[in-house]
Amino acid sequence: MAGMVQKDIKRLSLYLLFAPFALWIALLIVLPHLGMFYISLREKVGPRVYEFGFENYTNFFLEPIYWNTLLRTGSMSLLVTALALVLGFPIAYYIAKIAGNRTRGALFLMCLIPLWVSDLIRAFGWILLLRETGVVSSSLQWAGMIDTPIEFLYNDAAVIMGLVYTVILFMIVPLVSTLDGMDKSMIEAGYNLGGNGPTVLRRIIIPYAMPGIVAGCIVVFMLTAGSYLTPILLGGKNSSWFTEQIYDQFITRYNWESGAAFGFLLLAFTSFVVWAGLKLSGQTLNSTVANN
Amino acid sequence: MQSNSENDLECIGVKRHFGSVRAVDDVSLEIPKGSFFSILGPSGCGKTTLMRMIAGFESPDAGDIRIKGKSVIDTPPNRRNVKMVFQHLALFPMMNVYENIAYGLRCNGVSKSEIETKVRDVLERIALPDVANREITQLSGGQKQRIAIARCMVLDPDVLLLDEPLGALDLKLREAMKIELKLLQHQFDTTFVYITHDQSEALVMSDNVAIMNEGKFVQTGTPQELYHDPSAAFVAGFVGDTNRWDGKVKSVAKGVAEIETATGLTMRSSVRGERTPGVGDAVSVFVRPEFITTQKAGGAAPAIGKNKNVLEGRIDSILFNGANSRVLVRDGSEELVEADVVLTGGTADLRAQDAVRLIWSAEQTMCFAS
Repeated sequence: MAGMVQKDIKRLSLYLLFAPFALWIALLIVLPHLGMFYISLREKVGPRVYEFGFENYTNFFLEPIYWNTLLRTGSMSLLVTALALVLGFPIAYYIAKIAGNRTRGALFLMCLIPLWVSDLIRAFGWILLLRETGVVSSSLQWAGMIDTPIEFLYNDAAVIMGLVYTVILFMIVPLVSTLDGMDKSMIEAGYNLGGNGPTVLRRIIIPYAMPGIVAGCIVVFMLTAGSYLTPILLGGKNSSWFTEQIYDQFITRYNWESGAAFGFLLLAFTSFVVWAGLKLSGQTLNSTVANN
Repeated sequence: MQSNSENDLECIGVKRHFGSVRAVDDVSLEIPKGSFFSILGPSGCGKTTLMRMIAGFESPDAGDIRIKGKSVIDTPPNRRNVKMVFQHLALFPMMNVYENIAYGLRCNGVSKSEIETKVRDVLERIALPDVANREITQLSGGQKQRIAIARCMVLDPDVLLLDEPLGALDLKLREAMKIELKLLQHQFDTTFVYITHDQSEALVMSDNVAIMNEGKFVQTGTPQELYHDPSAAFVAGFVGDTNRWDGKVKSVAKGVAEIETATGLTMRSSVRGERTPGVGDAVSVFVRPEFITTQKAGGAAPAIGKNKNVLEGRIDSILFNGANSRVLVRDGSEELVEADVVLTGGTADLRAQDAVRLIWSAEQTMCFAS
């Protein structure tokens, strides 16, 4: 009898522990997505008259501007991911393998500090620097290197730079934790057996860090492809980011059906890229994201 | 010192300081071709720093390191033909056994077909011909050990450095690997430099052993020399088990000193070490447990020679360990003395609380001026 009660209590506490997570998933993720998916499958045939069909999806493929925007967003996100990796790897390597114990904490903190300020404020910070009357332009003028003010904002370079800046931390953290687990003697063994610097990097350090690299790339790519604020503020109207297109459909055109379909297309597209990335690198979700 | 090309490895006056710590202080060594050389010392004595300098991961502040007679001070680690087996082996977990062994050959630009022959060859020599396609995690401790050695030996090094590679193994495997390492060294006929703090590893495997303490080589010699003829108190205390007393010299004659220990015992001991102590000097006295004979007390006292030491006491406890059994005897001054005994399992065996007489000769007692 007492044993039964014990067992029930155990089960109840298990349910209670699991409940917030289950509610979160069900109410905030699954339910809205089901609703959106339902909306995306409605075709508008007249005012307030709908039919079930795939027209919203076929529209996307028939109108080049839509899928061009998606491809552009995808390729620029890949570029941002690659840049974040190239810039983040040396930083992560320095933090994990070269810095002493005390400097490590300080360096990690310095990486975190930008996160304490909201995305919006940081984007405006970039605007302050890059606009025609901004810090960069006026200092160049003051130094005599240019005659007239230059607008550094509202181009792809500004968007990419801003995005790399926003997401690089999410690349550094998984890289540091993977590289941390690497015995220093493994690198020494790489040299001892005759490898030079590039060989050791290519054959030992990078393969070892692969789970961290893939995890960081997945997170960074997802964040970038789904970001809205930075591309809009730094790229202006020309940024042609796909999230902007979705926003347009929902808000400006009040075409929820098409916006919902675009949302699902973005989800499918990014999922496909992540899947392809995992396949190409020979990693699995378990060995990368779940590992950290 | 004249460079001798018969030596695979020479260190000449090598020094390395970290701040005010002298990790390696003026160490010189010569290792002849094809021998098994061990550097034995307590942790923190500088042996790992010395090995890292030979491998090229640290550079000495002063002195020269020569491999086959050529100075390698300016050679980066990847160009030195000195390979190293790391303490935790440092096998590459993302590569399988074949890739691990082939790594060094690839770095040297060896052709694919030659790599295949060499890897198969070396796996055969370490008696693991079938593991080429295994992952590192699928190997047992002893197998990993052998793969780590094979990975180095396939490159045909002039010197193989081993940094306490048996430390992580359990006792049984460690005993087996000791013998196996010695056999592998014979088979490959390469100079092995083995670093350890475990004296039995050093004594069993080595042709020559250097005892290192506080950055210096205290004594270098064959295991037997170190054991039976230590040149310093540190060596006598560090190599092998021993009983130790501190005392003062009462008289010295013909290399034998009469000593009164701090606890009031009097014993005769042969004088060892570089410096002969004078009357009244402080000395440390050592005698190994296997040189002490234990007799049951009572009955007629046997005739005892002039150069024998005798100590009466009571057995405090018996440390039974088969053929290596030992008794702890508490003497009149309440000190414990260890002595080896043979326990046959019969009724005549010594038992705890038995009164006993310990006898040992002055020749097998060593004292060093301290």
